[in-house]
Amino acid sequence: MRRVLFLLTLVLTLGIFLAACGSSDEGGDSEDSGGDTGSQEEGSGSEGESGGDFSVAMVTDTGGVDDKSFNQSAWEGLQAFGEAQGLEEGEGFDYAQSESDADYTTNLNRLVREEYDLIFGIGFLLQPDVEKVASQFPETNFALVDAVAEGDNVASITFKEHQGSFLAGVAAAHKTQSNHIGFVGGVDSELINKFESGFRAGAKTVNPDIQIDVQYAESFNSADQGKLIASNMYSQGADVIYHAAGGTGNGVFSEAKDRVRGGEEEVWVIGVDRDQHDEGQINDQNVALTSMVKRVDIAVQDVSTQAMEGEFPGGEVVEYGLEDDGVSLARTNEEALGDEIISAIEEWKQKIIDGEVEVPQTREGAEEYISSL
Amino acid sequence: MFSNRTFNIVVPLISVVLGLLAGALIMLAFGYNPVAGYAAMWNGAFGDAYFLGETVRQVTPYVLSGLAVAFAMRAGLLNIGVEGQVIVGWLAAVWVGTAFGMPPVVHVIVALLAAAVAGSLWGFVPGLLKAKLGVHEVIVTIMMNYIALYLSNSIIRSLMTDGSDRTDNVAETASLAAPWLREITFFSRIHYGFVVALLMAFTMWFVLNKTTRGFELRAVGSNPFASEYSGMKVGRNIIIAMVISGGFAGLAGAMEGLGTFQYASVSSGFTNIGFDGIAVALLGANTAIGVVLAAILFGTLKIGALNMPTEAGVPTELVDIVIALIILFVASGYIIRWAFLKFSKEGK
Repeated sequence: MRRVLFLLTLVLTLGIFLAACGSSDEGGDSEDSGGDTGSQEEGSGSEGESGGDFSVAMVTDTGGVDDKSFNQSAWEGLQAFGEAQGLEEGEGFDYAQSESDADYTTNLNRLVREEYDLIFGIGFLLQPDVEKVASQFPETNFALVDAVAEGDNVASITFKEHQGSFLAGVAAAHKTQSNHIGFVGGVDSELINKFESGFRAGAKTVNPDIQIDVQYAESFNSADQGKLIASNMYSQGADVIYHAAGGTGNGVFSEAKDRVRGGEEEVWVIGVDRDQHDEGQINDQNVALTSMVKRVDIAVQDVSTQAMEGEFPGGEVVEYGLEDDGVSLARTNEEALGDEIISAIEEWKQKIIDGEVEVPQTREGAEEYISSL
Repeated sequence: MFSNRTFNIVVPLISVVLGLLAGALIMLAFGYNPVAGYAAMWNGAFGDAYFLGETVRQVTPYVLSGLAVAFAMRAGLLNIGVEGQVIVGWLAAVWVGTAFGMPPVVHVIVALLAAAVAGSLWGFVPGLLKAKLGVHEVIVTIMMNYIALYLSNSIIRSLMTDGSDRTDNVAETASLAAPWLREITFFSRIHYGFVVALLMAFTMWFVLNKTTRGFELRAVGSNPFASEYSGMKVGRNIIIAMVISGGFAGLAGAMEGLGTFQYASVSSGFTNIGFDGIAVALLGANTAIGVVLAAILFGTLKIGALNMPTEAGVPTELVDIVIALIILFVASGYIIRWAFLKFSKEGK
């Protein structure tokens, strides 16, 4: 009997321990929401009325709101919007996390039932689900990030990732000393091909002879794969790697940092989605040359505001690009970039905005572009 | 004190109750109201017709993947490859569903058969290797899972579509969708698959308990050497067990392909239907009826848990821990069994 009790206690303790581990993130979250509550009070004091009874929610893909990538960015945008409008988390704005592909529809439906006015689907994986649910509930507004969905009550939010990636390619081509750079993709898909095409076009524009390795990990969340691929690329002579691979990219960072720790100096990573400067820090060095930042948060706030003011862009595709800072290159690591690269980035950025350069979005487009150089 | 049969019923029940209690304690320890938490779970699974429909939808593939694991287990084989067999079944069903035009009913049946055959094939390889060369089925099936995942990604991308991430929807004639059921459940994704799942549960019971082949399979499972000695062909039975197990798993994939999603898509990770099937089979004590009940529990947990963060404010991470604890207790049923024996001895 005693042993049974012992085992029971053991399991429970283990559970509590695990729960405690989980709660470090948790603590962060609740701090955040604590901060929100504080400002919400202020908010509701000053402009409580303006929020009215507008409410907005989002469904994450399987990455979750702490993925250090676009789910997190979207949630930050929603939090900022809620704060500005004096909404309360769980009432005025909320998120539903998906554990598997099958959960998207269920989560979207649940939020419809809770009568949210606008529901975001975060990530191209939710496209079929958003389309379906939107057609079933024409009274509710939906918005899809990163893909185009059909339907009069759906706004599609896309980014010109190819433009930002072009600039990443320019930066990489200027930075490399071995004339050899790499690209690590998550899953080989239309979306990630946009990153690849833009990057290759940008690098080749600067230096037509540059060698570019391209490899896909077939996963957005296996850091071990990312590390392995990065290790191969660096060993074969590449010195700058651009990743568009979500969590897999964390492996690219860890490989670069390991190499710096081992005494190599010229290894660089270009991050994606958010400014990944923090990921690249090692001692007093930083391997994150720059990051191709996608301002999902701005887009989410933008569309929420439009919807609240009765100008919801239903049925339209809202595209964010270089011109409205929807995509940009981070400048946090000025030391590594240097004035020369920064001015090159500025120059090409202007050319893209002015329409002098048409950045390719597909592999075929990239081939065509490169052969025309 | 207890017969073996009562044991098989009582032990899983106690595990579930203990798991729920442990989950409640954890929620309490972190300042969340466990009653509200479980109420949210209940509402999220059975609260209205929509959620009920979604729960049935989630239970359907679990029944089949649970049957797959249980069937192999009865023949003494641990089929971890159910996951891969689910994936190839899914792909095969969608392929038949999109590439061919056939009359209604016939089309669904052909698509289901294709899924079962694909799953069986995926089970046949490890079965053959085990029977002829003695290669352990656990290792081969794990490898086959990865082959299935990446192969199906590649087929979807380069053969079934032109570089796209997902296939077209399956033809109306091949769909398992039940429009009238969907209507009364407010557009849940419930489909006729649950009929298939229940039929298969009956089939498994019938094959194992009412046929000579089933007797042989169980004999090989309990003691391959004795079976060999009494003239049974152990190798052949191993292959047959893996083929049938794979067939069940393939059908589980067809439930997703023809019912829930109606398409197949490039996936960066496993579906977990097959892996969860292992827990379902464990909890169901490898019997057909047990698997059905366990699948209902797991489906309920999965769907209900999604509602806990929104309705009761329990954070997602904590919900995961609660679910994991329940599974842990369920899987460690032997502790309860052992405790029971201890008790009954002390009682004397």
